Formats: sequence, structure tokens, C-alpha cells
Amino acid sequence: MSGRPEHQAPPEIFYGEDEARKYSRNTRMMEIQLTMSERAVELLCLPENQPCHLLDLGCGSGLSGETLTEQGHIWTGVDISSAMLGVAKEREVEGDLLLGDLGQGLPFRAGAFDGAISISALQWLCNADQRSHNPAKRLYIFFSSLYSCLSRGSRAIFQFYPENSSQVELITSQAMKAGFTGGLVVDYPNSTKAKKFFLCLMTGGQQPLPAALGVDSREDAPNHVAFSQKRDRVKQLRSGKAPKKSRDWILEKKERRRRQGKETRDDSKFTGRKRPSHVW
Amino acid sequence: MKLLTHNILTSKCLKGVTVGYPLGIVAKEVKVNEVDFNPEFISRMIQKVDWPALCKAAENLGHTDELPPTVVDDYENNEEFLKKAHHFLMEIEVMNGDLICPETGRKFPVTDGIPNMLANEDEV
Repeated sequence: MSGRPEHQAPPEIFYGEDEARKYSRNTRMMEIQLTMSERAVELLCLPENQPCHLLDLGCGSGLSGETLTEQGHIWTGVDISSAMLGVAKEREVEGDLLLGDLGQGLPFRAGAFDGAISISALQWLCNADQRSHNPAKRLYIFFSSLYSCLSRGSRAIFQFYPENSSQVELITSQAMKAGFTGGLVVDYPNSTKAKKFFLCLMTGGQQPLPAALGVDSREDAPNHVAFSQKRDRVKQLRSGKAPKKSRDWILEKKERRRRQGKETRDDSKFTGRKRPSHVW
Repeated sequence: MKLLTHNILTSKCLKGVTVGYPLGIVAKEVKVNEVDFNPEFISRMIQKVDWPALCKAAENLGHTDELPPTVVDDYENNEEFLKKAHHFLMEIEVMNGDLICPETGRKFPVTDGIPNMLANEDEV
């Protein structure tokens, strides 16, 4: 598995039955989503101890929505993958679910919501999945409909995975065109693994951005699985001999046998050649 | 789909639709759930809710005259009223049926409680 998911297929196809199931069972994935959802709610800066009416954009199988329920809020989720929504239904999430395409605009009345979050979804809007798609136009339609369905003074927080800076530029320019103020908050900017991007959009006029996490070098990045990629095996050989079973080792051993006067086959280009791995 | 969600849904993303509200409901299956009553939340939602649209939706589902036609004065302190509002907004769920755009007649099917708001390429 390599590359970005959004380069493989449109979201409603990528998140088919199998992927939807896998996504919602991967405990590491769930933990990360939970952390990001909690951070997004924190960035929403909602009034304390007040249940709010929130929107979950790209709600998928309801992982982020469950955080909203846990914090006492009532939410509605929108997603383009019916398989993912099916998993959300199975998990009996409290929020109401809608099958919809964010790029077509949000079908809600003005001022309907007290806030919106979106976890790992926004990057999907930046690709043209159909010939008629114009990502900039879809982003604008999305942001302007979002702006209108949020009540004045509320925010929309998007955790997403930008591909590059021009994608960030595209997204923020369409959001600003739609009337939002705000900007990007980057948590743990110095850690490749822990770095997270949160687009914080506000409707109430220019306000200071919330502080990012992990900018103070004394604050450690959260414990992550440090070696999730292939381990680099650096074997330091203490003796001068070649590592076991390598071609050099085989040649050395054969030389040793010849010196001992034992019958040894001649060396050839086939000596110690790589054999194909077992075919069961 | 709860009636609270129906109350905020429109078809205005479709081409040629000006308001697209409220959406008509033709329900084939409705479920009634038990949801925790939160008077503070309901009070606040009543300010946002389009009350006539809620009454119309309740009527479409066969519950005529169960809701007062207008929001009563001092509703924040009227527990009976809040409880009724709560019942209709949060406890009644349309599981299967159609939502109908009042301007174009376009149907949005509701399957398993999930409305399909996806528009075709030529509709946006």
C-alpha cells in the first residue's frame, strides 16, 4: 500500500464494504481518530457544559461522531460512502446520518448548526473524481453552503492531510472567498509522525487563532508507534567473517573444506545464488 | 432521520430551486425511540426550529393535532411543551420513505434512516 488514498479512487469507491470494515476495526486508526476528534472539539471553543447541535463533515463510520456524543452534543453527519455509513449504523451511533457529496453543497437551512468538525476528509474534495468536477468550484460551493448553515460566531474545524502547500492554498482561498476568517493550526510541527493540520474557520469576524500543540520544544510529541515502517537492520559484525549464509560465507566455507581435503564442488556463477522464495 | 434533521433539510443545492423548504415527507416506516430529555438543548433548538414545518411534518406522519400550532409563550419553563417538542424532534425517526422537494417534486429516498441527498450531475 503506497501513496495517498485519494489518488487511488473516488471516496465512495475507495471506502467500499471491505475498506469500511477494516477502517473501523483498526485500533490504532481508531485511537488516532479519537485523539484528533477531541482536539477538533477543543478547537471549536464551544460554551462550556452546553449541549450543541453540530455537523460532522465526512463522518464516515462515526468514529469522530462518537466523540461528539460523548461530550454531550447532538450531531448530524454527512458522508459520500454508503458502506461507511452502513458501518456507522451497525455501530448504532447517536447522530443522524446523511448520504451526500460535500462538493455539491450542504442542504441545510441558514444558521442550523452551532459548529462543525471534519476529521481526515477535506483532502478528498481536492481531487477531480469525475470529468465534470472542478475542485476549486466544488470547494467554493461547499464552503459557502457551510458558511450559511453555521450560526454567527460559530466555527468549523477541519483536520486533514494536505498533499502540498498549493492544496492548502486552494482550500484556504476558497474558504476565505466564502466569507470565513481563520487559518491553519499545525500541532507538533517538528515531528513527522505527530504533525497534524487543523484548518480553523470562523464566522464571527477576525479572531486570534488557537495555539498549536507541541510548538514549545519542551513538550514531547505524544507516544506513537515509533517504528511503524520496516526496521533498518544495521548489523555490526564483531568478527571479521562474512554474515551467515551469504554468498561470501559459502565461498569461504568451501575454501575451508578444500583446505581440509574434503571433496568440494567447484565454484561457479550459481554458487550461493538467490533461490526463489518458497511457493507453498 | 429524526424530525429535527428534517426540519433543517432543504433541496436548495438543486439547480432551479430557490428555497427548497420544507421538504414533504412520504413515510413507509417510522420508528419511535426513547431519547434522553435535555430541556436546555430543546429550549435552544426551539429558537432555531421552524415550528410550522415541524407541525406539517408531524401531520405527514399521521400525528395531527398533537403539537400546538405555535410555540407557547415562556416555553423555556413549560416542561410539558418542551417534552412534546422533544418527543417530536428527537424521538420520531423516519426509517424508510421519501423526502419531496416542494419546488421540483424531486424525491430524495430515505433508506434505513439515511436520506440520500446525492444529486445527479445535471441537477447541480
